[in-house]
Amino acid sequence: MFGKSPWKMAVGATAIALLAAGCGGGGSEDSDAASNTVVIGIGEPQHLIPSNTTETEGAAVLAALFYPLVDFDAQNNAVPVAAESITPDAKNTVWTIKLKPGFTFSNGEPVTSDNYINAWNYGAYGPNGQGGSYFFERIKGFADMQSKDPDGEEGPQKAPEPKAKKLTGLEKVDDTTFKVTLSAPFAGWASVMGYTSFYPLPKAAFSSDGVIADGFEDAIIGNGPFKMKGKWEHDSQIVVEKVADFKGTVPKIDGITWKIYQDQQAEYADLVAGNVDVQTVIPTEALAKASADLGDRFKKSPNSGFGFVGFPTFQKEFSDVRVRKAISMAINREEISSQIFLGSRSPATSFVSPVVAGYRANSCGDNCVYNPTEAKKLYTEANGPKEIKITYNVDGGHKAWIDATCNQIKASLGVNCVGGEEPKFADLLTKVEKKQPVGLIRLGWVMDYPLMENYLGPLYSTDGSSNYYGYSNTTFDNLVKAGSEAATPQDAIKKWQQAEDILAKDMPVVPIYTQQNVYGYSEKVTNVNMDLFRKVDLYKIEVVG
Amino acid sequence: MFRYIVRRLLQMVLTFFGATFLVYALMFANQTDPIQALVGERPVSESQRIALTERYHLDESFFMQYWYYIKGVLTGDFGTSLTGRKIADMMADAWPVTIRLALIAIVIAAVFSITVGVYSAIKRGGIFDNSTLILTLVLLAMPIVVIAPIAQLVFGIELGWFPPTATRDATFWQLLLPAIVLACIVIAPEMRVTRTSVVENLRADYVRTARAKGLTRIRVIWVHVLRNSLIPVATLIGVDLGTLLSGAIVTEHVFNIPGVGFNLARAIRTEDGPLVVGFVSILVILFLFINLLVDLLYAALDPRIRYE
Repeated sequence: MFGKSPWKMAVGATAIALLAAGCGGGGSEDSDAASNTVVIGIGEPQHLIPSNTTETEGAAVLAALFYPLVDFDAQNNAVPVAAESITPDAKNTVWTIKLKPGFTFSNGEPVTSDNYINAWNYGAYGPNGQGGSYFFERIKGFADMQSKDPDGEEGPQKAPEPKAKKLTGLEKVDDTTFKVTLSAPFAGWASVMGYTSFYPLPKAAFSSDGVIADGFEDAIIGNGPFKMKGKWEHDSQIVVEKVADFKGTVPKIDGITWKIYQDQQAEYADLVAGNVDVQTVIPTEALAKASADLGDRFKKSPNSGFGFVGFPTFQKEFSDVRVRKAISMAINREEISSQIFLGSRSPATSFVSPVVAGYRANSCGDNCVYNPTEAKKLYTEANGPKEIKITYNVDGGHKAWIDATCNQIKASLGVNCVGGEEPKFADLLTKVEKKQPVGLIRLGWVMDYPLMENYLGPLYSTDGSSNYYGYSNTTFDNLVKAGSEAATPQDAIKKWQQAEDILAKDMPVVPIYTQQNVYGYSEKVTNVNMDLFRKVDLYKIEVVG
Repeated sequence: MFRYIVRRLLQMVLTFFGATFLVYALMFANQTDPIQALVGERPVSESQRIALTERYHLDESFFMQYWYYIKGVLTGDFGTSLTGRKIADMMADAWPVTIRLALIAIVIAAVFSITVGVYSAIKRGGIFDNSTLILTLVLLAMPIVVIAPIAQLVFGIELGWFPPTATRDATFWQLLLPAIVLACIVIAPEMRVTRTSVVENLRADYVRTARAKGLTRIRVIWVHVLRNSLIPVATLIGVDLGTLLSGAIVTEHVFNIPGVGFNLARAIRTEDGPLVVGFVSILVILFLFINLLVDLLYAALDPRIRYE
């Protein structure tokens, strides 16, 4: 059928294949190597709509495209940025936000109160399914915008439409002023508004009231110092360039290429080869050789990550506080930090991260100090379980430190300790929710806003969103609430510290480590700083020469 | 011949539905909580859970979910991934680079293994033959998870001959190192099969006849022997496409190529059923067509083979 010349055919096919393979690329090498732009490596963001962005990758890109209402100073206090002033009433319930005049979105639209109100309403409305919707929880009217499935997730009935589509707590005063009414007083509200979910959206974002236009996310328009150049090239890159006459703080660089990596090792290879300028997370596998490869361009700085192990307090074996204290004292946190994490994480001696105002070193006291003799004594007294299991998800790279922790427990307490492996975090949660005996639970937390409350509330409150181990103490809950409703941030901290003291007595969890930014940069850039949210400070970074 | 092709095409439709159904069923059985898998370790709010469950029909039975999917595919709509992106767009982004990578790898592997295979068959038992035997043994023993990072470290970073990573719009140059790595996993069997098959044919009667006729050595080997020896090799190259695509998962990961392999791995990790099935369906179609092509190629290589 092909005639008598298979050779010609084979040669032809090869030629076509090579042609297709070679020419398809177009070969567009980045032409801005010499210009005043930097390449920063990130992972593929999940979303770029502010109210749907709860992970670091998306937040990093949005930080370039948007200008926040508040930013945080060196002491992590909120300072107005896009806002001219933020004033609470006497009870910290009604907050008046006045915007700086003259700001525009990168498409020329002026930034008005409506842009904030519409964006927040969109974020809070339950059926929009926004990942950051819980940030709007404190605003009055949030509950009416949610629906509950009447017969649970598995049931056949659909959830009814929520009662309201708008937050009653948002009120426009004039084009540059709006009021936020909270459902309960909260002294730390200004800090909350620094989070990604509180960026405004331009009119162009909505195709009709409360509906985001198709394709807006891929070419998102913000009010920040940079604007998107072209579209979000998924899994490949996001390029942003400077907005011409930006009214706020102007960055020193002219543009950023966010190069998307699926694998930190590949990114590290590019950092060493000089194809990427900043890598925000040096993978653990490369830590040992990083100082040799990068010299003093290999840096560390604090961030908010906090790793711990939770006790299922509802189980009989762990109901005795002496058992929990003994296990905590059996663990040598120093050794884990230096041997397993090679110094990239620090030992935790407190129930909140050192980055928040009100943090006290060693608030956990003797319970977090390695003391095998005392641990053994306590454990025997309390007649603790003969076998301990620490359940963790294997996809998160936790095996090494869980095994080390287990070995320390074995050595100190003379009991058997095993790591319980679950394939994914969801599998772990399923078991925990069914109250199956999984033993201790490996968990971690990254803060949303720099307040003690952001650790105490979600992690240890009775109805905390990440309290998977069922710790419940009414006095603690009341103290956290009292702190939130306190008149000034200082009063709030006092209450929260009292609450933390209760944790030290009850030991519902064993704090193990706090994370650090471990980053590196190329010879092309300087002044590379990273904040607590694992974001590069885009206003300080400079190109050398 | 025409009837044969039509029959094969009809078989392919059945295979396609069977394969996608099977993959969908496997994904469904493996699913624990796709919404949680999607957001990682963050708590998921009740309203978000409700919204996503309804949007992606996660609360419906397996057959209903498969039906929604097939209905979409038949109307040209591959649906939406759990991340909210159109699966058709994701495939359009991912396929070209993977196909280019695989094609370069196939060509490299075929050219290298056929040339070397034929040469070592001619020089059977010599130093060249023995050293290629050792080389193939080494290649067979080294899994791609080892070859890929080593090649990246040595040729990409230490020596700086190749760029250490490639992108979606990669040039031929950027794809060359990953393609060589990929080719490594299929070179060894292709080379051995070529060699064995050529050795066998060299002893055949028709070769003696050809020589006796006074044909030149070159012509005997490259036209008569090779044409007959290529039948098993062609089959192998067709099958190797599967090996290459599974190898692409590792290679694309190491060299940061946002292709099919990476997307498949991510989709499986986030329990994204429609996305996995979307990519796999195209893989299945590709396989079926390549098998058909290989079968038709037999007829071209061997005049005795006729399809009715």
